[in-house]
Amino acid sequence: MVNGAVPRFWREIPQRYNLIGNQCGVCKKIFFPPRESCPECRRKSIGKMKDIKLSGKGKLVTYSIIHAAPKNFEGQIPYPIGIIELDEGPRLTAQIVDCKIDDIKIGMKLESTFRKIQQDGYIGAIYYGYKFKPLEDKK
Amino acid sequence: MKNVGIVSYGAYIPKIRIKTEDIAKAWGKDPETISKGLGIIEKSVPTLDQDVATISVEAARAALKRCRINPQDIGAIYVGSESHPYAVKPTGTIVAEAIGATPIIKVADYEFACKAGTAAIQTCMALVKSKMIKYGIAIGSDTSQAAPGDALEYAASAGGAAFIIGGDNIIAKINETCSFTTDTPDFWRREGRKYPAHGGRFTGGPAYFRHIISNAKNLMEKTGTKPEDYNYAIFHQPNGKFPLRVAKMLGFIPEQVKQGLLCPYVGNTYSGATMIGLSSVLDVAKPGERILLASYGSGAGSDAFDITVTDLISELPRNNAPLISDFLNNKEYIDYAVYAKYRDLLYYD
Repeated sequence: MVNGAVPRFWREIPQRYNLIGNQCGVCKKIFFPPRESCPECRRKSIGKMKDIKLSGKGKLVTYSIIHAAPKNFEGQIPYPIGIIELDEGPRLTAQIVDCKIDDIKIGMKLESTFRKIQQDGYIGAIYYGYKFKPLEDKK
Repeated sequence: MKNVGIVSYGAYIPKIRIKTEDIAKAWGKDPETISKGLGIIEKSVPTLDQDVATISVEAARAALKRCRINPQDIGAIYVGSESHPYAVKPTGTIVAEAIGATPIIKVADYEFACKAGTAAIQTCMALVKSKMIKYGIAIGSDTSQAAPGDALEYAASAGGAAFIIGGDNIIAKINETCSFTTDTPDFWRREGRKYPAHGGRFTGGPAYFRHIISNAKNLMEKTGTKPEDYNYAIFHQPNGKFPLRVAKMLGFIPEQVKQGLLCPYVGNTYSGATMIGLSSVLDVAKPGERILLASYGSGAGSDAFDITVTDLISELPRNNAPLISDFLNNKEYIDYAVYAKYRDLLYYD
């Protein structure tokens, strides 16, 4: 038996796998996760929100090192969770990987990477999505 | 006949490494004897959040970064592995979604021990030649299992590579491919079991060497080539020694094998092994150079390929994605206790 997370996870695959946000057709502001309407332009934006694939590149705004992890994440402690400001503007929260704790610096450039986020034990579904790693100096 | 070949390629090797000597010490073996005996210095290890799906996605994305293909033009994805995260639910579905190639696409997972990825290349070649698809992606990727204390534990590692196969804009033309397959039980994993079993020394002579040698000879007979016609030769690499020995038996010299031999530094990436070797060769290959590749999958079979690098390789932006040398240099070591945690060797409820 799996828990009730599968349909919700499935609905969010475009965001989790490919960072699909959206953009207000009126004021051009970009949102992640995507919004039904623009909170600034409100009714004027209805029907004018357009999906946009974000680059996955950004910089670290702030972070916290997790020492007391929730269930299923105990094996990874200590690990950093950061707020990342994407090049396109939106901010999101994600785990930072492939980076030693001592090497993490506010302002460092990061890029998204595809990782396993969690799984429902040994029987349930496996949930994949984005984490962030230090930007490799390649184009 | 329509040309078919590699349009782009990409690879992924996890950053974590464990040294052969650390595994040997944990089991009370002499580190130097083991390391020298196998020809393996260290191997890659997947972290808890990496599996064949994540490695395959990273490799496929790297291949797409090097070319201008619209993912919607990809008509097929086949992922070869013996460590798919799901027994039932194809890894290819996750890869297809993560690169934006769904929903009009043919997908299936392959399994043929360490040669499932090269079998995927052959399938994509046939689909391109028959014009059923424009481009296909063949992936070989593994986070191979090894029972604690087993000889396989020194080699079984993690990594993968993806090849976009097509008929136009090819950077490397596949001139010929052939296979050699028999029922040879040298290595297997039974349904539902966590770790594989093997026939010890039986995995050598009648298995690895017979299949690769017969198949490589058949290939060179078909193409009318000799070992000296090739700039590079890539053989399956379950350890650092077998590929050099099989090369010598076929008449190749170590210089032809070196660029495609990664096992000493990353271990045996199973379905990824020859594919990562080919990626390493394509990282440095020049127009006109010729490559022989012979994979090996236990059970047992070998797929061989005769490949000629085209002029277009000079225009491929190889630096748009990490080179194999980048993966070799970007590493972080763990000890055996952390390895046991990462590889799920410690049971707890």
